[in-house]
Amino acid sequence: MTGALRRYPVLIALCIAALFMVVPFLIVAVNAVKSPAEYSQNGPLSLPHGLYLDGLKDFWQRVDYSQKLVNSVLISGSVAILAAVLSVLNAYAIGIGRVRGRTWVLAFFVLANMLPQEALVYPIYYLSKQVGLYDTRLSVIIVFTVIQAAFGTYLLSSVLGRFPREIIEAARIDGANKWQVLWRIVVPVSRPTIGVLLVFFFIWTWNEFLLPLVMLISNDNQTVSVALGVLQGQRLMDATMTNAAALLGVLPAIVFFLVFQRTLTRGIAVGAVK
Amino acid sequence: MTVTVERGARAVGKYRQPGPRRPRTRDSYALFLLPGILAFLAIVVVPFLMNTGVSFTEWQGVGSPKWTGLANYRELMDDAEFWASFRHSLFMVIAMAALPTVIGLVLAAALFDYIGKHFGSRWAAVLRACFYLPQVLPIAVAGIVWSWILAPDNGSLNELLKAVGLGSWQQDWLGDPDIALYSVMGVMVWVQIGFPLVVFMAGLQRVDPQLYEAAELDGAGWWRRFWHITLPQIRPEIYVVLTWCTIAALKVFGAVYVLTKGGPGGATDVPSYFSFSTFFEKTQVGYGAAISTILTVIILVLSLIGLKFQTRSEDADEGIRT
Repeated sequence: MTGALRRYPVLIALCIAALFMVVPFLIVAVNAVKSPAEYSQNGPLSLPHGLYLDGLKDFWQRVDYSQKLVNSVLISGSVAILAAVLSVLNAYAIGIGRVRGRTWVLAFFVLANMLPQEALVYPIYYLSKQVGLYDTRLSVIIVFTVIQAAFGTYLLSSVLGRFPREIIEAARIDGANKWQVLWRIVVPVSRPTIGVLLVFFFIWTWNEFLLPLVMLISNDNQTVSVALGVLQGQRLMDATMTNAAALLGVLPAIVFFLVFQRTLTRGIAVGAVK
Repeated sequence: MTVTVERGARAVGKYRQPGPRRPRTRDSYALFLLPGILAFLAIVVVPFLMNTGVSFTEWQGVGSPKWTGLANYRELMDDAEFWASFRHSLFMVIAMAALPTVIGLVLAAALFDYIGKHFGSRWAAVLRACFYLPQVLPIAVAGIVWSWILAPDNGSLNELLKAVGLGSWQQDWLGDPDIALYSVMGVMVWVQIGFPLVVFMAGLQRVDPQLYEAAELDGAGWWRRFWHITLPQIRPEIYVVLTWCTIAALKVFGAVYVLTKGGPGGATDVPSYFSFSTFFEKTQVGYGAAISTILTVIILVLSLIGLKFQTRSEDADEGIRT
């Protein structure tokens, strides 16, 4: 019984800490449905007297939020798929093909993954202008496909390194070529890991800020993060607008979180502990 | 199925004995690496080398760069702004690596063996989700949320302080040069905590429960079990988290851009923001390249050190088990 008495304070303390983590989201949600008059009169801590959605609607139209969502989905989705394909090809050669010098190739990908984007951003900006890709969504897709694939190669190589070789060799005896072995055997068997990669690549790309900020200057091409970040950086928004921006930025993240929660937490464990 | 597989494997083994064919079949896998290698050369290696090259020149981004040797680096050594930005980086390492690791360890242990055991894994999962939530938020959006909460007039934090009678504690959290850095640090702790927590909780599942039972029988309290069992057992995870988070702290950009733009008066400037503004606002490309090159060297050295600790602790781990 004394055990139970001692246990509850720990639970309560953790619940309070968890609440503290979530409060910013709640307070944003509560205030986004207040009218500006109500906000300035009662401040941010009062409960709303009803649902006022005009602020959100105004903001949505003002920044053409639908377009930003389309851009973000298009960029993140393409990057997730392309980077996964690239990771699979690399990891197939390293993990299963065991090409000569694979340790060095892998080290190269790991280092590429560690490089700060600050050391790439200006040349990428400059080169993309030279080849006419500056301020296109394609440029961002290409760059992040490669950057994300660095991590994917690292993770998948170690997973494929433990792939049962008998299966592959049996298939080869049966006359399958390397290409067929890859698509008919290796990819289907590794589907869980590839799924984790797709989710991670999607969310990471969605959240990226520096490179899209530099590369996407026209309104029509900007992602959600960049559009909101730039607006905030210009310091032109009043409290109501900032609040609407915050809520609209938070919502997609919460949706991803609820949809992918299991994959995310499992994936982090896989990624960190090989 | 198993039979064919085994027979196949044996057949291959026999077939391969002579050997001369082997290198060729092996290397034809290299073709699969070709797209990856080419893409990396174009997107990572070439830009990186260009950036390093430009750091030895004076260049405005147009015309041709003028070779100046180490002049940019010498100038950096005397640049107070540069030193300040790296000093602020150390604060970021505290906020994004040291504090989240310590807090994450305690939270993970508490969730895992207090909540998980006595209240069920559902409670642990829900609480873990709450702590992890900020991690999926785009950093720019987290910045907007917090700059709204920390706003000097009508901001939630100041209103809250007033409501509980601590009006005198109200601050211009992001606008006061003496406080801004600590405010940004606080936000980063909030952002970062979920990552170590999730990794540590996953690591704890590896730990043999018998170790805890034995320690409990010996009368070891929670704290001693944490210190003598939990910590040594998940040492590899601790190194991974410390390395990753330290690197993330050195690269922090989005939060600073959105929360303070390095201000007020450079009070929250960090190397990545400093190089960004040197590149794109002052268009001193050579100087910006020098800043980012130094940042890169520091990050690569730290990564190698982290990797070394990690492999060493994994080796030691295996040594214990065998």
